[in-house]
Amino acid sequence: MALTKDQIAQTIAKELEDGFYVNLGIGIPTLVANYVPKDIQIMLQSENGLLGMGEFPTEEELDPDLINAGKQTVTAIDGAAIFNSSESFAMIRGGHVDLTVLGAFEVDQKGNLASWMIPKKLIKGMGGAMDLVAGAENIIVAMTHANKHGESKILKECSLPLTGVNCVKKVVTDLAVMELIDGKFHLLKRAPGVSVEEIQSKTQAELVINGDIEELTF
Amino acid sequence: MSGLNKVVDTYDQALAGIKDDMLLMVGGFGLCGIPEGLIQKVADSGVKNLTCISNNAGVDGFGLGKLLEKRQIKKMIGSYVGENKLFEQLFLSGEMEVELTPQGTIAEKIRATGAGIPGFYTATGYGTQIAEGKEVKEFNGRKYILEEAYPKADFALVKAWKADKFGNLIFKNTAANFNPMIATAGKITVVEVEEIVEPGQLDPNFVHTPGIYVDRVILGEFEKRIEQRTVKGK
Repeated sequence: MALTKDQIAQTIAKELEDGFYVNLGIGIPTLVANYVPKDIQIMLQSENGLLGMGEFPTEEELDPDLINAGKQTVTAIDGAAIFNSSESFAMIRGGHVDLTVLGAFEVDQKGNLASWMIPKKLIKGMGGAMDLVAGAENIIVAMTHANKHGESKILKECSLPLTGVNCVKKVVTDLAVMELIDGKFHLLKRAPGVSVEEIQSKTQAELVINGDIEELTF
Repeated sequence: MSGLNKVVDTYDQALAGIKDDMLLMVGGFGLCGIPEGLIQKVADSGVKNLTCISNNAGVDGFGLGKLLEKRQIKKMIGSYVGENKLFEQLFLSGEMEVELTPQGTIAEKIRATGAGIPGFYTATGYGTQIAEGKEVKEFNGRKYILEEAYPKADFALVKAWKADKFGNLIFKNTAANFNPMIATAGKITVVEVEEIVEPGQLDPNFVHTPGIYVDRVILGEFEKRIEQRTVKGK
C-alpha cells in the first residue's frame, strides 16, 4: 500500500532532532507538525515573521494579525519571536534553519527541484520557496512518486522550471524514502507491501539499491 | 510650524502629490498588515499606470485587488499572486506586466533601497529563470546572483499598530512583515495606524521603525479581513 499523506508526514517527523528550528511548507509538510516525537523539542519557523508557531487558535484567541505563511490564523507558543520579512529571510538565507520540508512537482538526481510553476497552467509565484531551498542546511521533499498517469516525478533531469539547484538531500514519497548521494538516489525504505521492483519501475532517475530494503512500519 | 509632528487628518493630505505613473510600495503579507484605507484612497483617486511592489496582490475586491479592478496597475512586482482570479486574467491576457521575485529577495531589495545599498549577491534563484540576465559571481565555491535595489518608491504605503506623533512605529505580530522595510524605502512614506500617541508614550527600547523614515501618519480604520480562518476544534 502506498503511504497516506499522514504517513508521509509521520515518516518525515522521524527525521526531526531535538533543538531543531524547522520550516514546514504548505500541504503534506504542514502535517509533520502533528507527529513531532514527544521526547524532543523543536521550533517552527513561518517565513512571514514568526519563530515558534503554535496550533490553530480557539475562537477566543483568533487574531487577524497573527497568521502563518499559508495565511492561516495561528498562535504563537510561549517563547516565540516575531520579526519582519527581511529578518525572517536573513535567518533562512543565512542557514540558521536546520530543516526545511517542502513539496515538489519534480526532483532530479542533480538535487534540483521544481515546485513553483507549470508553464501556461499554474503561475502563482514562488513565494519564499526559492529562498528556503537556497538557504536551508537540510531539505526533505515530500511528494508523490509518480503523477496520476503513473509517470515518474523522480527524474534524471527536471522538465519544469526550477525552484533551486543542487539542494535536495532526502525525498519521502508515497512509495519510498530515498537519499541523494553523489548524484544518485539511494533507496532507504519502502512503503509496506510495495516492492522494490515497483519503486524501480516508477523511478526514472538512477536508483541505487543495496541489499534488502526495509519496509516502513506505522 | 508642524516641526516633527507627522500626523495628518485626512486621506487627501496623506496622499497629497500622488500621480499617474508612480512607483508604489505597499506593505502586507496576504491581507495581514495592509494599509487598507490608503489603498482605498488610491483606488478612489483614480491614478493609473502605477507600478506596485508588494508581496501579494490582495484578493478579488480587497487590498490591492481594488486597484486591479480599476485597472490602475501597469506593472506588479510580487512573490505570490495565487489568491486573485482577476490578477491571473490580467496577467495572462498581457494587460498587466508581472515580475515574480522570490520573497526573501524582495524583502532584501526593499531593505537595500532604504539603506542606500545598490545591490547584493544571493544564492536564491541561482540556476533558475530568476537568474536570467543577472551577473553570477562565485564566493567560496558557491555561485550567487547579483540583485539590485529598487529605486525609491514615490509613495511607500505602510500599516503599523501604533505611532507617536514623531512617526516612531510599533508593529503587531505578523502584521509587521514587509512594512518596516517599506517604511525606509519611500520618497514619501505614509503610515496608517490603529492608534496615535504622544511622543514619550512609546518606550524607545521597543520602537520598531524610528520616525526619521516616516513623513505622514494617519489614523485609520481597519476591517482586518482574514484570508484563511482556521480554528482549533473544540
